[in-house]
Amino acid sequence: MAYSDKVLDHYSNPRNVGSLDKGSKDVGTGVVGAPECGDVMKLQIQVEGDRIVDAKFKTFGCGSAIASSSLATEWIKGKTLDEAEKIKNTEIVEELSLPPVKIHCSVLAEDAIKAAISDFKNKKASA
Amino acid sequence: MNLPIYLDYQATTPVDPRVLEAMMPFFTNAFGNAASRNHSFGWSAEGAVQQAREDIASLIGASPKEIVFTSGSTEGINLAIKGVAEMYASKGKHIITSQAEHKAVLDTCKHLEKLGHPVTYLVPDSTGRISVEAVAEAMREDTVLVTVMWANNEVGTLNPIREIGALCHEKGVLFFTDGTQACGKVPVDVEADNVDLMCLSAHKIYGPKGVGCLYVRRRKPRVRLVAQIDGGGHERGMRSGTLNVPGIVGLGKACAICRDELDESMQRLGSLRDHLEARITSELDFVHLNGNKEHRLPGNSNLSFPYVEGESLLMGISDIAVSSGSACTSASLEPSHVLRSMQVGDDLAHSSIRFGIGRFTTKEEVDYAADKVIEAVRRLRAMSPLYEMAQEGIDLASVNWQAEH
Repeated sequence: MAYSDKVLDHYSNPRNVGSLDKGSKDVGTGVVGAPECGDVMKLQIQVEGDRIVDAKFKTFGCGSAIASSSLATEWIKGKTLDEAEKIKNTEIVEELSLPPVKIHCSVLAEDAIKAAISDFKNKKASA
Repeated sequence: MNLPIYLDYQATTPVDPRVLEAMMPFFTNAFGNAASRNHSFGWSAEGAVQQAREDIASLIGASPKEIVFTSGSTEGINLAIKGVAEMYASKGKHIITSQAEHKAVLDTCKHLEKLGHPVTYLVPDSTGRISVEAVAEAMREDTVLVTVMWANNEVGTLNPIREIGALCHEKGVLFFTDGTQACGKVPVDVEADNVDLMCLSAHKIYGPKGVGCLYVRRRKPRVRLVAQIDGGGHERGMRSGTLNVPGIVGLGKACAICRDELDESMQRLGSLRDHLEARITSELDFVHLNGNKEHRLPGNSNLSFPYVEGESLLMGISDIAVSSGSACTSASLEPSHVLRSMQVGDDLAHSSIRFGIGRFTTKEEVDYAADKVIEAVRRLRAMSPLYEMAQEGIDLASVNWQAEH
């Protein structure tokens, strides 16, 4: 299967790889996927007020999954929580020119963003 | 050293220049039909085919008359299994096979199941091996055929063919083995190993694609088959169609070379394989060997790199041609049925790579591949949430994964 140049670029030079302090009250963590399905994404956001000031990811998955999560962190940085929540997987598909068999990678990235935001909100509500 | 490097010798092999040279005259000057009995064109083609039969027979311990030419192993498998099932249906219909077989065997068996033949699919052990005890337990009054592959194409595991064959002969059941990966790579002797039917394919042993053969035992017992391709009654009525003379000459030459170089090649490929594994396991932790360390093809190494997904690893070593047991490379999301049958977890199956070393592989290439794999696995583990969790001491099996994909 041929990969698009953008997927190859994210795979070779992934943006924002790493971890944030998941114990911090300003950090939301989303982990989605499962090892037996071949992909797991961990996406973390650091929030100030209602704005995402930093984002990090780690992904176990194919090149398209790595690219989808890398792109997601790039896009959500600087966005408000409401704006980030509106990112659709189809936008990721379009940006990375993902073929039909790789659409699930983009769905996972959207889920990871939502999971991280939800984790942050839960933390805040229970604080 | 030229890039890319080919380490996928279980998928196919290049034609050996000596094989090509032997084939060439039969495309042009010596183009005759081996079935033409009345002129020298036919005689020389027939002579070349006869020589090929002898070379093939001597590689596998058969008699030249027991070789039936086919288009390759898929056809050989279909002819053997369907041909036996049809011929002996009045005697019994039950077939025993294994879950780790090639799809050509599994799909043929499924086809027969639909026609009313009961099939038992044995589960191999965790190394991919079928035990003779498991075959014995599955035997029934109406069992007519056992089909267990000699060497597995994915993990390289060698089955106890001689013992399974002896059991079959004792019980009066026919024994077919898919010898595609074994012939020419490990010693094969259909007499000593008690095999009744066996297929092989030229392109796995440095011959051309599109030609292979089926060994059909002629005595003790005499195996009979219902032909699956009808026509002029070629190949003693078992496989009609004008013989592919250049291909057959290539298959014969390929077998002759394998026979003459067997000991040396086993030794050389085994030591290259061991070198590759030693390099990788000394520099990476948590590497898992899929297969059987003791009973294995010399040129095969199937390794899982936990916490790294196979397709992303293949991207990282893009100038090395290998195969992955991960399903992400195909439209289906199911990982390898062979690894599944061995109870290798889907997570490990997704991280598996098959390295196939062959006749033209050099030590320099193996070292280059090892370097690349080590570098790519390190890089991908650094961005793997699973590797991070494993290092934090989290048992991944205990995590409640949120997944529907």
